[in-house]
Amino acid sequence: MITAKQMFQLRDTGGAVAISEEEAPLSKERILRSQGEEVGALGKMQVKDLRAWFGKTEIIKGVSLSVADKRVTAIIGPSGCGKSTFIRCLNRMHEVVPKAHVAGRVLLDGVDIYDRKIDPVKIRSRVGMVFQRPNPFPTMSIRENVLAGLKLNGVKVSRPDELVEQVLEQAALWGEVKDILNRSGASLSGGQQQRLCIARALALKPEILLMDEPCSALDPIATSRIEELIHSIGKVCTIVIVTHNMQQAARVSQYTAFFYMGELVEFNDTDILFTKPGNQRTEDYITGRFG
Amino acid sequence: MGVYQRRKFVDGVMRSWCILATLFAVIPLFSLLAYVLLKGVGGLNWSFFIELPKPVGELGGGIGNALLGSFVLLAIASIFGIPVGVFAGVYLSEFGANPFGKLVRFCADVMSGVPSILIGIFVYTLVVLPMRSPSAFAGGIALGILMLPTIIRTTEELIKLVPNSLREAGLALGMAKWRVILRVVLPAGMSGIATGVMLAIARAFGETAPLLFTAGSYPFWSVHLNKRISSLPVQIYEYAGSPYEEWHQQAWAAALVLVVMVLILNLAAKLLTSSRSHAR
Ligand SMILES: Nc1ncnc2c1ncn2[C@@H]1O[C@H](COP(=O)(O)OP(=O)(O)O)[C@@H](O)[C@H]1O
Ligand SMILES: [Mg+2]
Repeated sequence: MITAKQMFQLRDTGGAVAISEEEAPLSKERILRSQGEEVGALGKMQVKDLRAWFGKTEIIKGVSLSVADKRVTAIIGPSGCGKSTFIRCLNRMHEVVPKAHVAGRVLLDGVDIYDRKIDPVKIRSRVGMVFQRPNPFPTMSIRENVLAGLKLNGVKVSRPDELVEQVLEQAALWGEVKDILNRSGASLSGGQQQRLCIARALALKPEILLMDEPCSALDPIATSRIEELIHSIGKVCTIVIVTHNMQQAARVSQYTAFFYMGELVEFNDTDILFTKPGNQRTEDYITGRFG
Repeated sequence: MGVYQRRKFVDGVMRSWCILATLFAVIPLFSLLAYVLLKGVGGLNWSFFIELPKPVGELGGGIGNALLGSFVLLAIASIFGIPVGVFAGVYLSEFGANPFGKLVRFCADVMSGVPSILIGIFVYTLVVLPMRSPSAFAGGIALGILMLPTIIRTTEELIKLVPNSLREAGLALGMAKWRVILRVVLPAGMSGIATGVMLAIARAFGETAPLLFTAGSYPFWSVHLNKRISSLPVQIYEYAGSPYEEWHQQAWAAALVLVVMVLILNLAAKLLTSSRSHAR
């Protein structure tokens, strides 16, 4: 286990570490090392031997990886390989499904979110999530949707108007909705709804934002708008994005993990993974030989 | 006769049969409404709505206290029945996938089929006997119990219709489960639940049997919870059961008022439903 002191040192130098990560991309050695206890603390989140089940079926079969701070990590893989299940383990959303359970460790800033003393509700406000289908609250206005995570949790917002403007701006939606903030969130188009959901998650100032195929229900124009905003948000917030679209992974992410049948086959710099994959199955998948 | 003609013939027979059956079903319905309207409308005037019943032999008199009593009873019933029913329904939908939930669901279904006079007897033993007198309180409880099964089951069904993605959206925002239910799930099902509540109230409004020995009757103004209270259905029951011609007239007029009230409540429920489907 790392000590608290080490953790704080690492946190204090967080910026520097991140830059060095960019300069010296994750080599294979580093991936291997990153599964060790100490080096693993470099990232924002370390996943260690994670296993997840639905009933008796093991869906995630021992995955370890490290999520770099203020970077975009993409997760790709054929449909049904467990991508959604995996990221739902990162904010303890997997366990809300009846009969689902998890084993292994997920360290957020070095602290295991599956520790018995940890309240999953607190974790979810630190690790936000955007789902595949936009799901704004239909009974609330656009403004109320943005503030929902705070207001409904009983948090007093000192300057709500400023916050609403700021996060809607961040989600590239402000211009389109600034005059209709009191209209129902359900009245927006699919792409706008998804950006509203992103704004709603950002309002909680999450340390990590998980996105599960956020564009798969959207048209190409809406998709490219979301990709742009992932790009800009990814500079200030750690993002893990699931996508079955490899071009998208290549466009938005710095690191990419390839999942296959519940296992992590390869994890590397996005550039390297797509140009010089180190594994035959990865190569087969990205060249379209299966999937 | 060719296959085609035969088919046409059978089709014609079936169609006429269905039309006839529908007419048969509709005739009593319409004639009842028409009859109540015809007989009742003559007795209606302003004082009928605001006056107390008069003793036999005196002309005039009204159902003012009975109307007030009905509203008092419904208010008590709602104060007790709506929260209990809605939260029981929420429980069944969100946590009811266990033997206890099954039992509650079964009881609610049985209860909705129980003759309402049994509810009257039940409340009589449980509330009226200890209090030693029929009362508005006891009557309200009886109507509340009568409303429960409808409210529980409609709430459960409507809460189940709220998409799971909304619950997940709430949970993923770091909301505790009870907050998600209270602030996200319930509001999303609210207009539908309101429809169910309206229908339950409409049904309770017309019930006589559970009130006969729980609320009793009382020929004066009253809003006291611990005293007997008059209600529209019981007033009709008394007027209609009397041997006096003037009182029969009063009964028809009161019946018309009752029918119109129930109709209004049902229409309100309909409107709520259609405004909901409009919003979607
Ligand atoms: N609620 C569930 N209950 C049981 N099995 C499930 C459930 N959700 C997903 N699965 C199964 O888990 C596997 C992985 O699913 P998922 O994580 O959604 O894959 P992906 O997101 O990569 O398409 C699939 O085989 C799927 O059938
Ligand atoms: Mg998925």
